[in-house]
This record gives sequence, C-alpha cells and structure tokens, in this order.
Amino acid sequence: MSSWISKRINKIQFALLSPEEIRKMSQVKVITADTYDDDGYPIERGLMDLHMGVIEPGLKCATCGGKVDECPGHFGHIELAMPVVHVGFIKEIKTFLESTCKVCGRIKLTEDEIKSYSAILNEAAFNELDPDGLASRSKKVTDQCTQRLVCPHCGAQQIKVILDKPTTFREEGIKITPKEIRERLERIPDSDLAFFGLNREVARPEWMVLMVLPVPPLNVRPSITLETGERSEDDLTHKLVDIIRISQRLRESRDNGSPQLIIEDLWDLLQFHVTTYFDNQTAGIPPARHRSGRPLKTLVQRMKGKEGRFRSNLSGKRVNFSARTVISPEPFLSVNEVGVPEKAARELTIPVTINQFNLEVMREWVKRGPEPRDEYGKYMSGVNYIIRPDQRRVKVTKANAEENSKRIEIGWVVERQLSEGDIVLFNRQPSLHRMSMMGHSVRILDGQTFRFNLAVCTPYNADFDGDEMNLHVLQKEEARAEARIIMKVQEQIMSPRFGGPIIGGIHDHITSMFLLTHGNPEFSEEEVIHMMSYLDLDEPKEFIMRDGKKFFRGRDIFSVLLPKDFNLKFRSKLCAGAKDKCEYEEDPADKDVVIINGKMIHGTIDEEAIGPFSGQIIDKLYRKYGPQEAARFIDNVTRLGVAFISQRGFSTGIGDYDIPENAISDILQVSTEAVQKVTKNIDIFKAGQFQSSPGRSIEETLEIEIMSITGHARDESGKIASTYLGLTNPSVIMARSGARAKMLNISEVAGMVGQQSVRGERLNRGYTQRTLPHFQKGDIGANARGFVKSSYKDGLNPLEYFMHSIGGREGLVDIAVRTSRSGYMQRRLINAFEDLKVDESRRVTDTVGSIIQFDYGEDGVDPTRSDKGKTIDLDYILFDIDQEEN
Amino acid sequence: MSKFNVLHHELVPEHHVVEIKEEEKVLNALGITKDSLPKISRNDAALKTLEEMHGKIEAGRIIKIVRKSSTLGFTEYYRVVSNEVFK
Repeated sequence: MSSWISKRINKIQFALLSPEEIRKMSQVKVITADTYDDDGYPIERGLMDLHMGVIEPGLKCATCGGKVDECPGHFGHIELAMPVVHVGFIKEIKTFLESTCKVCGRIKLTEDEIKSYSAILNEAAFNELDPDGLASRSKKVTDQCTQRLVCPHCGAQQIKVILDKPTTFREEGIKITPKEIRERLERIPDSDLAFFGLNREVARPEWMVLMVLPVPPLNVRPSITLETGERSEDDLTHKLVDIIRISQRLRESRDNGSPQLIIEDLWDLLQFHVTTYFDNQTAGIPPARHRSGRPLKTLVQRMKGKEGRFRSNLSGKRVNFSARTVISPEPFLSVNEVGVPEKAARELTIPVTINQFNLEVMREWVKRGPEPRDEYGKYMSGVNYIIRPDQRRVKVTKANAEENSKRIEIGWVVERQLSEGDIVLFNRQPSLHRMSMMGHSVRILDGQTFRFNLAVCTPYNADFDGDEMNLHVLQKEEARAEARIIMKVQEQIMSPRFGGPIIGGIHDHITSMFLLTHGNPEFSEEEVIHMMSYLDLDEPKEFIMRDGKKFFRGRDIFSVLLPKDFNLKFRSKLCAGAKDKCEYEEDPADKDVVIINGKMIHGTIDEEAIGPFSGQIIDKLYRKYGPQEAARFIDNVTRLGVAFISQRGFSTGIGDYDIPENAISDILQVSTEAVQKVTKNIDIFKAGQFQSSPGRSIEETLEIEIMSITGHARDESGKIASTYLGLTNPSVIMARSGARAKMLNISEVAGMVGQQSVRGERLNRGYTQRTLPHFQKGDIGANARGFVKSSYKDGLNPLEYFMHSIGGREGLVDIAVRTSRSGYMQRRLINAFEDLKVDESRRVTDTVGSIIQFDYGEDGVDPTRSDKGKTIDLDYILFDIDQEEN
Repeated sequence: MSKFNVLHHELVPEHHVVEIKEEEKVLNALGITKDSLPKISRNDAALKTLEEMHGKIEAGRIIKIVRKSSTLGFTEYYRVVSNEVFK
C-alpha cells in the first residue's frame, strides 16, 4: 500500500529571510514610487518594472524573456531608509529583548543553567517529535530569563521592556528605536539561539527587523485596466507606493539633517505603512484605507478567514459545468428526475468523443447548431463547441454549423448540450449527509427554476420559500455510470443514519392517503377515473354495483399501487398505543394496516405507512423488490395523493378551532383553578409550611410543583378542546395522520398556550426580582412567571405576549447556537475520519495501514441495509412466507 | 490502589491478556503483524486493573477485549500494550 505514496513529507522547516537573501533573490531595486509613464509604459526601477514579470499581453519579461503565461514572476526589493520591525514577529522580538542582556547580548542564564537546559532542550528536539513540547520548554526557560534583573554574564542592570502595542518597545517610558532593537538582537551570540527555538543555520533574530523589503512579483499584484482605459492598481501596489514615498522622504530628511522630531515622525509613519502592508487589521492602529474609504486588503487579509486564499481558493474551488437557481415543486416528475430550465440546459454541456459509430449522429447534431428546436418548437440538444484533436476549440454558431458538421472526424470532441435522460448531480447546501447530493435524470422544462418531486424535499431538507440548489453535469462516462448505479435518488431511499427510508410522502400526500383509506370510503366511477388518470396504472378490479352504478372503495384504490404478492402488517400511527380497539376506527381490526397479496384489507394509511423516516410500506417494498419498485411506489403514491386531495378538496382555517361556549368556560375554569392552586402553593411556601421532596431544596420542589400544575392545566384544556374537535376537523386530520403539526399545537390554538419557559424553568429573568416592571418585586405567582392562559385564537394580552416572546426566543437562540456548534463538530469529525477506509475484508484502516476496526462497525453490518439498526426483521419474513403459503 | 474494579462496571467491556503462545495464533487469524494492531496505553484504567490482577504486563503484549454487540451478541477486539501516553 505504501508504494502508492509518491512523495512523503519528511520534514518542514521554517526560516527567516535575511537581508542578503532578499537582495539576492531580487531582480530589481525599486527606487521610484511611480508605476507607469504617460504612454502607459512601465517606469524602469518603478513598482511595475518589467523585471518583476509581465501582466500585459505583448510585452516580454525583462528577467526571463517569457510572455504573459510563461513568466512565473520575479521579486524586486526596496531598501528602507531606516529599519522597521516586522509586525509578524513582535512577540518573538519581545522575548528576545526581555530574556537577553541589553549590554552584552547573552541569554540571562548562568553557565550551569545553560548546560543543564541545553541538555533538556536537545533531548526534546531529538527524542520527541513534538514541536509543542519544545516550544513549551523554550517558553519556560525564557520566562525565567525575563525575571532576572542583573545579567549573570556582565553584571549589567536590566530594565523591564514594555511592549506598547502594536510595534513600539519602551524601557522606562523611553522608546527603543528599531535601529537600537536591531543592534541588540545582533549582539545575541549564535550559541544562545537554541534556547529560543531558533536554528542558526536559517535564522538570525535581527532579521526580524526589516532593512530590506521584498517586492512581490507583478503576477501577485496585477493592475487592472477598466473599460474607460483607466488603470487601477492592486492594494499591495498602493501600499508599496506609500512605503517607497515615506522611505524616500525619511532618507532626504535624515541626510539634510532635519530636526530629530521630524525624522521620528517620518520613521513612525514608515513603520505604520510597513505594518499595514503585512496586516491591515493590526490591533491598535487604524486600518489603511483606499480613497473610497474601503480598507485595503493586504498580505494577511489575502490569506486569512473564510474568503482567504486557504479556505476559499485552496480547500474549495469554483467549478465548471454547474448551474444554480431557485427550486420549485413539480409533482408530475418522478423522484429520480429533475426539471432543468432551458436556459441552463443550453449552457451545460457533455463532451462526446467521435468514433465510427456516432460520427453520423454527431454530424447531424452539429448541423443543428447551438439552438435547435423540433417542429413543435420544443427543446432539442444542440452543440456549443467542437474541440479539434489539437485541443483548439471552435464555437458553433448558426452560420458555421453546416460547415462544421462536415469538418468533424473521428477523434474530435463535440460538446453537446444537456438532453433529457442525462444524469446530473443535484445538491443543496448545507450538505450534511450523503443524501444532500443525489443523481437525477434531466427533464428539460419551461420556466427559470429547477423542479423536483416533493418526496425529495426531506433528504435535501429543502422547501420552496426561495431556496436555491446546485446542479453539476458529469463529464466522464465512468462518473455517469457510477452516479446511475450508486447516487441516483432511488438508490438513496434508505438512510445509513437509521436503516429506514428517508424519502416518502409529505404533508398533503399523507393527508390525502389518510382520507382515501380511513373508514374505507366509497367513490363513484367518475371520481375514480379522474384519479386514475393521474397514474399510469389500471383501475381497481374490485367494485360495488349499486343502482346500476359502479362504486370503488378507498383501500382498493390504494391497493392499485402495490405489487401483487406484497404482504405487510403494521400498526398505523393513528392507532399507535391502542390495545384491543382503536378509538378512531369503527372496526377493531382496523388498528393495524393489513396488506395481503397486494390488497389492502384493514387499517388507515398515514405517516407510519408512507412518511419519510417511518414509511413501513416503502421500507418493506425496498427490501423485497429493490430500489426501482420503491421509487415507482413513491412516484405513484405522491401522484395519487395530489390527484385525490385536489379532487376532494382540503383546507383549514381559524373556524376549525371554534369550540362551544361551555368548553370555553370549562377551559377558563381549568386555568383559573391552576392559578389558584399555584397561589395556594406559594402561600404555603411563604408561610414556611412547604415540604421539600427528597434531594431537592424547598424552592426547587415548589417550582417543580408549579410546573406540574401549569402543565396539567394545559393538558386538561387540550383535552377539553379536542373532545369537540374530532377526526372530521381538517387540523385534527393533519395532526393525527402525521401530515403536519401535533395535537399540542391544536390545543394551543383552541385551548390554552400554557406555561412559557426558558431552559426548562419558569421565566425568572429580566428585572431585579421580577420579569417585568408590571409586577411586584418578589412576585412568583403564575402570571408573573409566564403562565399564558389565553389561546392563540383568543389572542394573548400584552403581558402574555411578552412572556411568549421570551419563550420563543429561546428556540431561536438554540437553533443559532446548535447549528454553528454542530457544524464545527462535524468539520472536526470529517477531518479526523477523512482518510480512513474500509477494505475488501471490511477492515477499517488508516493510510499507514494501522487497524481502526477489525470489522466495520465491529459487526460488519451496513447500517443502510440494516433494519433500524437490527440485522434482519425475522417477524416480517415469517409473516410474508406465511401469506405466500396460504 | 483504587477501591473499585473498573472491569466490573457495566460499560467497561471484558479485558483479557492473551497468552504469549496464543499471540501468533491470534495474529495469523487476523492476517496482520503486531504493529498494525490498535494500541492500548499503559495509562488505560482497564490495563492498570489487569496489572493489579496479573502483575506487570510488558509493552507488546496483546489484550483481547470482548464487547457486547446488539447484532452479534459479542465481538472480539485486540489491542497491543504500548508505552505511549495518549493525550
């Protein structure tokens, strides 16, 4: 396995550039702050000198003679009039100044200490391949040196060095000039450098004070020509102009013998410019700005952060053959398909290499030109470019299409536009699991949006409130084959997260199937024909004749979607927890959904049957008949869902939450009683009579008691409300079938909102000893601590509204915190696991070959194919076999 | 030493020292050499407890760990004793 590694990193060395080295690698000494002359030609020895590379086509590099894309760029240099410190090394310079003698330059250790410490440091450097260990030991030594007030070597009195951020060092308030700093650093002998973790071979401390500044090649800071012909320089060039100008003025003033004050001011200014040249966000100094007021992007800003070179250009790149637009739903598409707007399809291409078999076809395609349509004006795939064997690209236009179609030969490549049936990758960020990027086959549709079946919203976690998604066109046959076999939506129905289906009917699909099957209603022939017209299936065989008319039953209509030998029995969500008879079904047998030989006999289809995550029918179909059949079922169930519910009609409104007067007064009584109970408990507590439960303080016990009273009140009011809201109520249908919302939400609307909480406790923060100034200090009663007795339908009074907002904010904050935290955690996990792999024998190893697990997951079970984490569902297999035998 | 035997805790899997003469058999069965085995640190509480029972366990010895598994009943895992201290 190690033979696969072509290059192995043996060591990494960090070094400092010496002034000599900077001069040696420089091709030109830059002395003029100007860039171009009046003719637009680079000024010699200026910042745009041709020795530093070429950025304009036509010119040649004065150093290597290369043209625009051939010349790699070359460094120049600026000789600074006076030395300045390098902001990046401030900490290091401080350590050096603090722990060495200001007079003799030796490290402030006695000879004995030097001997013993160097032994320790050498050991750390060689025995332990742990740079952190070395650094921490070095830190310990230097810290000790800092404490010394007298030099052990020359006996000179030491003065404490204070760093006046960002770049000024002071001794007893007096500034140490960079020149002085440099001189001190020069005095430090080579032998003492090891204690600071510096390697004499490649670094000297005085190199941290700059006398010469390298000027980066032109390729690094290209100037751009605007449409108006105006030149615009890069931020780095601007900064370098400043540095040269000030350096020149400083040199003149110094040579003229100007007053010390002026020289110091200029020196400080030079330091400022050099500092911001490196890092324009140095704490303590205002960032250098562009004329427009925009802060300049200098060296550090180019690399740092999300938009920096590392995260934006090296870890992630822009890709070709991709498209992004808004998404919208299209229930008539299969889950395996994606609707692509024509505009995108005309831009996205697939390369086709011409061979003897496709030559004639491709000639025909090229002949059509770049915007072909069939006789009905429908989209046809055209050709944008043809690539000759010498890699030259020829654009196909309407005018040259005919001619080009004759020119193409075997070995040429034709870039054809997307056509129906091509497989593409479809993705929505954040890509949190593998189902966030799936293979779809293309359907070209009118409009401007990507469209897909609603069942695929769940794996992408998409909705249509403005979400955008990306589409990638695969360029190689291998990639397309792989996408078809392993990435297609139907192959991703089972989630590796929990070993069940993650794709299934949502919202109205569930409501619709619930209405179709609950109580097994009858439908007239006309209705059924209409419904069946949405599907590519035969109408149900079973029907009832009454008054010479045909009637079909709901379960029989649903059975049309099922394979003929499919058997399944499971408890519906509606009847979950029911013992002998389900309260919502007339027939006790209907508590379970029973499907025998592809015919649904009992029960109600709801979330448990066709929903994502639970979807019993989808789960078992996938296991027994494979992905294709499961996808077909999902396609059909979503279509039938839309067909039925749009025919029957379904809506909900505020009127659905109307409950009779007596119920309202019952709920009012419940809330009043709860408040009274709370008050009573508080009175007992204030009287000191309250009994604490074991392991809790009295206050805690009281809070728990109150929480339980208010919780109970909400449940009670919910119960009262729901007795008047039966399964004929649309909202209740949605809640009970699992299509949307919970019964709790309904009781909040019709009954009472109930106790608001933050971190599981009653609201208690805000003002001193009270949540709002409307209450007495120390009031811990129900109302003062966020008990909302109104319902959403009645409306909340201002105080309740405020309390509710407090509780609601917790949810928002939670989401914000959770996403960022879990995102970072996931990033760490991905980085930790990225190069682990499972080999042929299911063994998990790392790149070195060390074993992580002997058998993947310790048992070798693929969680995707497991049955909710268990190996097999034996009960189902036996049930299935049983039915087949009968 | 400590009052409790960590190996008795429900969440700690069984740890066994593999006999030296058995080692080759184990490695052959896995088809690997000792250096690709996962390591167990000298600092590991379970190993310390084993040492209390069996005396000093040299670096390079193999520890067999028997874990409960919901799918297989139990699974075997092997680690080699290392002097490294993991942070």
